[in-house]
Amino acid sequence: MQTQTITQKLANPTFFMNLSAKILPWLSSFAAILIIYGLTLGFATPPDYQQGQTVKIMFIHVPAAWLSMMAYGLIAVSSFGLLVFRHPLADVSAKAAAPIGAVFTLIALVTGSLWGKPTWGTYWQWDARMTSVLILFFLYLGLMALRSSIEEESLASKLTAVLALTGIVILPVIKFSVNWWNTLHQPAGVLKGGLDPVFLKPLLFSAVGFSLLFFALHMKGMRNEIIRRRVKARQLKEVDRAARAHGVEA
Amino acid sequence: MMQSFLALVRRDLGLAVREGGAVGTALGFYLIVVTMLPLGLGPDLKQLGRIAPGMLWIALLLAALLSLARIFESDDEDGSLDVLATGSLPLEAVAAAKSLAHWISTGIPLTLLAPLLGLLLNLDLDAYLPLVATMLVGTPAISFLGAVGAALTLKARRGGLLIALLVLPLFIPTLIFGISAVTSIMLDTGGSRAAFLILSAISLGSLVIGPIASAAALRLQLQ
Repeated sequence: MQTQTITQKLANPTFFMNLSAKILPWLSSFAAILIIYGLTLGFATPPDYQQGQTVKIMFIHVPAAWLSMMAYGLIAVSSFGLLVFRHPLADVSAKAAAPIGAVFTLIALVTGSLWGKPTWGTYWQWDARMTSVLILFFLYLGLMALRSSIEEESLASKLTAVLALTGIVILPVIKFSVNWWNTLHQPAGVLKGGLDPVFLKPLLFSAVGFSLLFFALHMKGMRNEIIRRRVKARQLKEVDRAARAHGVEA
Repeated sequence: MMQSFLALVRRDLGLAVREGGAVGTALGFYLIVVTMLPLGLGPDLKQLGRIAPGMLWIALLLAALLSLARIFESDDEDGSLDVLATGSLPLEAVAAAKSLAHWISTGIPLTLLAPLLGLLLNLDLDAYLPLVATMLVGTPAISFLGAVGAALTLKARRGGLLIALLVLPLFIPTLIFGISAVTSIMLDTGGSRAAFLILSAISLGSLVIGPIASAAALRLQLQ
């Protein structure tokens, strides 16, 4: 038992359920505190000399955009864990991460578009970054659509994992080609000193807060999925028992 | 191995020719989509000429998309896919052979039709050769990456619609570089050679990724 790594221990769903039950309240509270602190701090910042008050959208937009990419990375790692190591929790993780990642991607798109209206004068600009995020959103939709359209659950998980890994291989090429196609958006400048410290501090707090929120939601989603599978297994057992009681061989 | 690979390509091509229909449908679809474009955008030849390369490429993608499901579907239905999977040829090579056959039976005919449709859209004279060249080089990516979508949706409900959602995002690089290689010649902006080389690289990359991913998907479903 001593030699088992944490990933090996996590292969036992009961271990994960016990562990996550202890972690989840802490994770959620920290997420809430940091988001509230970061956003309060953000709303207290002075208006930007060019963009005015609209710059405050950044404190939600940037974390959402970052999480939209991280979630896909998490799905890819989980898919790899499922296909290569057959880790039982990897599939649960990939399944739970997809809708959350899709929602963060949508938030990034919507806030970006709301930000674009006052800044660029249009809700939608076909620039490289917005377009790549939109394509990322389609990849999420594809993952969820494929999973929901295959009846057999374990097959659906593995095929979705193949798609996720194909997607992660091609994603850099898509990003590169979209960049080639058009670049209007200002380059990423958060850590290159392009951003005033007044904005940087609340942004970092809200980014960490939203990341914790993501992990809390992801953990909750994984717990729900495990419970759903247990309920299903129990129902099947019950059906089997009832069938036997009536003398029908299941 | 090479022999059975070629035999499989020949078999698929023979089936495509004798079944008829499928290739003709793709060509007909290509023709009708391109015909609908001026009806929707207005008959201004100047404007049509400007957007012709993009429109021809997009219509080609959609036409090729129609026939993707066919790559594995009929072989799955009549059980020959199981026979192929138990044969001596690795499943990756089977997927590659079937993608190659799809490219020869769909990608090449669509490419050859494109210049003819270019006449309808008032395509710039200088653009004909680059257009056909980029399509010849770019369409393998459509067949090989499209095969992944076809393999993934083999057992899915409403597979046909799903393929479009799964593979169209993967076609974006091909589309972008294919069009940019042509338009940079039309507008004389330079960079055409670079775009063409990158397009070739994307196609070569998909020759590797496509069969591996398709074979992985098939193997999971044939177990």
